[in-house]
Amino acid sequence: MKTNLLHLTLAEARDGLKKKIFSAVELTEAYLKAMGEHRHLNAYILETPELALEQALKSDKRLAKGEGRALEGLPLAIKDLFCTEGIQTTAGSHILEGFKPPYESTITQNLKNEGAVFLGKTNLDEFAMGSANITSYFGSVNSPWKRQDGKELTPGGSSGGAAAAVSAGLAIAATGSDTGGSIRQPASFTGTVGIKPTYGRCSRWGMVAFASSLDQAGPITRDVRDAAIMLEAMASYDPKDSTSSSREIPCFEKVVGQGVKGLRVGIPKEYRLDGLRDDVLSLWEQGIKWLQEAGAEIVNINLPHTKYSLPTYYVLAPAEASANLARYDGVRYGLRVRGKTLDELYENTRSEGFGEEVQRRILIGTYVLSAGYFDAYYVKAQKIRALVTHDFEAAFQKVDMILTPTTPTPAFALDERSTDPVVMYLNDVLTVSVNLARLPAISVPAGFSQEGLPLGLQLIGPAFDENVLFRGGRVLEEAANFQPWLHKKSSSSL
Amino acid sequence: MSLDQKTVKRIATLARIKLNPDRIESLQHDLNRILDFIEELNEVDTSQVDLLGDGTFSTLSFRKDTVNDGGYVDKILSNAPEVACNMFVVPKVVE
Repeated sequence: MKTNLLHLTLAEARDGLKKKIFSAVELTEAYLKAMGEHRHLNAYILETPELALEQALKSDKRLAKGEGRALEGLPLAIKDLFCTEGIQTTAGSHILEGFKPPYESTITQNLKNEGAVFLGKTNLDEFAMGSANITSYFGSVNSPWKRQDGKELTPGGSSGGAAAAVSAGLAIAATGSDTGGSIRQPASFTGTVGIKPTYGRCSRWGMVAFASSLDQAGPITRDVRDAAIMLEAMASYDPKDSTSSSREIPCFEKVVGQGVKGLRVGIPKEYRLDGLRDDVLSLWEQGIKWLQEAGAEIVNINLPHTKYSLPTYYVLAPAEASANLARYDGVRYGLRVRGKTLDELYENTRSEGFGEEVQRRILIGTYVLSAGYFDAYYVKAQKIRALVTHDFEAAFQKVDMILTPTTPTPAFALDERSTDPVVMYLNDVLTVSVNLARLPAISVPAGFSQEGLPLGLQLIGPAFDENVLFRGGRVLEEAANFQPWLHKKSSSSL
Repeated sequence: MSLDQKTVKRIATLARIKLNPDRIESLQHDLNRILDFIEELNEVDTSQVDLLGDGTFSTLSFRKDTVNDGGYVDKILSNAPEVACNMFVVPKVVE
């Protein structure tokens, strides 16, 4: 039987390349072909086929000499939030259309150093602000998944293009970024694995800033082992990011199969939100059973400030965004809309260059930081952030990891989205606390909703202990035996 | 706390975003909706919280105070909308 190259995990493709069952050029060509056949998903803002093939050719030469590196010849998608030297980087915004960074982000440089092939830049919510990939200037992304009514579904956001690409076989793995859930929520919606590592594991250098104290890069992959391989390649101490951590980066792949025997798993009652759907609740119960059957001890815990995480986030993230996005002024790079005075030039450029959601957040951020309101909003929110963090610290005295659902609902149809910004914000209600507390968390596809759409479970770990997430995630993944979209598609077309 | 239209316009000026008059009302509505949502934070007693001791993440690394980057004007100007004599061009600021 001929191997379907698009179905392979990163680990399987790596081993296939090493054994010379196929070449990096063949693998890359298969992905480029699939990308061409799935343009209606709008997963990529920019495809870079020539560069991909050029790198694949180099990788084949290295592999022939037995000098393959960790990601040699493996075709990846890069969220269009990571600066890539000489290649357009837009952050999904009109204001950066045509911007070609004169430097490379640390994350993409690390991946290149391991021999990865870049297929292109994936779509995202504008400046990573959104949970449905509908705020991109370059159009919304469609999930490859369909409901019975046939409506186009969101892949989630903000890393929606990355998740759609990995799920639909348009990249073997992808980079994402997560400020409030932007890796984990799309992973949950598309039946892929997504991990947000501990704040500081991955350098933010060259990653377009949204909210600097919350932003963290991480991978979206086909399975937990692939997430471990990707994160190991992405993570590094970087003197160019003063918040990057110099702690040792473990060999994540080694721990993936170690199981959870004897580990204590916390179940926070505060995550049992009013009106949480039955299918989400029963999947959570199922997850508890799976971990128990694998030898984990289940412990009930309290995270009392959980309900304040989302409003806290919606003070801090817009505040930081309003400061970070002040740099887009039409002077040094990106869009310029002329004006008679310098102020008019700024105002015209920013009004035309930023989309509605970005403008809303800049305005809220400007307001909460303005004279007279700083203490009432910003300082207050910082203090509650500390309380949320302390909740987790107390919990991790008693448990090794925490299990929750990733999202309160499965993916919704693009035409069902709410016009109320706050209703859209609720997508992140189960993921956002982790960003406030700077902790690592993984979403693993674990089952299906009533409508037959993917649902993920989230594991949260103590700071700098991604290892427990890979161990627990692998147990959930094995027990769930989740059927990804690619496999469903090929079995239904038989 | 509720924002009036005058405040919405003032924030937009501070943020250097031009607001067309037809957008002010819907923005006022959205911003007030978000502020109502944030208002919930007032329920929390934060009088005992000390923001200084932040444990795991409080140590930032030091580096030598030296020049270790720079010297590539062309690269920096390569994306500029308008350039003259190795400088960014903007509308006249001083009459």
